[in-house]
Amino acid sequence: MIEVKDINKAFNGKAVLKGISSSFKEGEINLIIGGSGTGKSVLLKCMIGLIKPDQGSVLYNSRDFYNSDKETRQAIRREMGVLFQGGALFDSQTVEENVRFPLDMLTDLSATEKKERVDFCLQRVGLEAAGKRMPSEISGGMKKRVGIARAIVMNPKYLFCDEPNSGLDPLTSVKIDELIKEITEEYKITTIIITHDMNSVMEIGQNVMFLYQGDKLWEGISSDITKTTVPELNEFIFANKLLRDAAKENENK
Amino acid sequence: MMSVIGKYFIFLGSLFGKGEKLSVYWRRFMEECVGIGVSSVFIVAIVSTFIGAVSCIQTAYNLVSPIIPVSTVALIVRDMQILELAPTITCIVLAGKVGSNIASELGTMRITEQIDALEVMGINSSSYLVLPKVLAAMFTFPMLVVMAAFLGIFGGYLAGTLTGVITERDYLYGIRDSFVPYNLFFMCVKPFVFGFLIATISSYQGFFTQGGALEVGKSSTQAVTNSCISILVADYLLAQLLL
Repeated sequence: MIEVKDINKAFNGKAVLKGISSSFKEGEINLIIGGSGTGKSVLLKCMIGLIKPDQGSVLYNSRDFYNSDKETRQAIRREMGVLFQGGALFDSQTVEENVRFPLDMLTDLSATEKKERVDFCLQRVGLEAAGKRMPSEISGGMKKRVGIARAIVMNPKYLFCDEPNSGLDPLTSVKIDELIKEITEEYKITTIIITHDMNSVMEIGQNVMFLYQGDKLWEGISSDITKTTVPELNEFIFANKLLRDAAKENENK
Repeated sequence: MMSVIGKYFIFLGSLFGKGEKLSVYWRRFMEECVGIGVSSVFIVAIVSTFIGAVSCIQTAYNLVSPIIPVSTVALIVRDMQILELAPTITCIVLAGKVGSNIASELGTMRITEQIDALEVMGINSSSYLVLPKVLAAMFTFPMLVVMAAFLGIFGGYLAGTLTGVITERDYLYGIRDSFVPYNLFFMCVKPFVFGFLIATISSYQGFFTQGGALEVGKSSTQAVTNSCISILVADYLLAQLLL
């Protein structure tokens, strides 16, 4: 389980996160949603150690990330897998080398063991034939899948995904969502996804947190999200006309 | 200004923080030697040969006097090449080629979250990415400068003998006349220092890029400008200290 307690962060005096506290359940998909500029990515970066919060703590199974020694922090980092918004693949390395990179840097596995693990992960994301290609030669959706393969190559306990659907067509988005869901269930990973895609919320979300201007305005299970009375969340959910009309239809019935 | 200098020195300190396996650094060092050193051979060869040729012709043009032996032209070409043109001009050319390359590579890695990806894995990103570049620059630049000095003197020989401003015999006599071996040591110290400055300043500019493609371009320009200024200042200081 991951717990965040009273996370505050400001940039140049402007508060971006205002006392965010929550816990993210083990083996489930936890979504952090909200509009652009509401602090979702900053919260994620605070959780994975890229931005140090001004105040507050992040606990991984009761281990405080920011108030522990280097070894503990390193151990926690090795339990994390992160899928960045653009994939963050290393341009100078092939797909296979990208996936193998954490194994090369952080383990003493033999070349054969590494190859087996890389092949398995690429197969898991359906890219076994793309191993020798460079990141510039593959599509956006494939980059995300390579990013997922790299994120799971070290058998992480925690998977963080920063807007996994951004820039993808609806069909590819659904496939990426399904892949993340399958991996979460298969390996009992605690998955945290930053998104503003309502399709993802309804399709794969289990627990949802809604951020608005740095505040947590709503938290609950995804099936309850449409029953909310929080106006900002309602506005966010029903920004899409199709969803708005569907909701009205349901009300009329 | 002071905060930038302070940040630069903190950045230098981070290069020697927690490192990775030696085999990783060795592989990265060899890659960077190819990227920084070997890929610069062509441009350095072209620039130094022509500079040597031009300096020979222009020196001969300015030394039209019956009391000055013609071989003095070769002596001047040699000393200009060894003391100044080969190390300084070559490194200014390298500041443009290598410096902009380092800054744009690291800047792009920063804005596309590749550096974040390294840090999340618990890898010392500055040490992993920058230290091999700095070591490779300090290792390959002196070799490039030695090559530049040789080609510069050879360029002078070609231009001088082909245009008839100096005979082969006078040129070969001139480049051996009053030779001070210490100058070769001085010539090799300069690129060692300049390589460090170019690689660290350019890496610093690229590593802390924020924004998008426009800012990567700005970082790259800033890297070349700052590297060139630092080369000229260091050149003066080294001349004062070592000559």
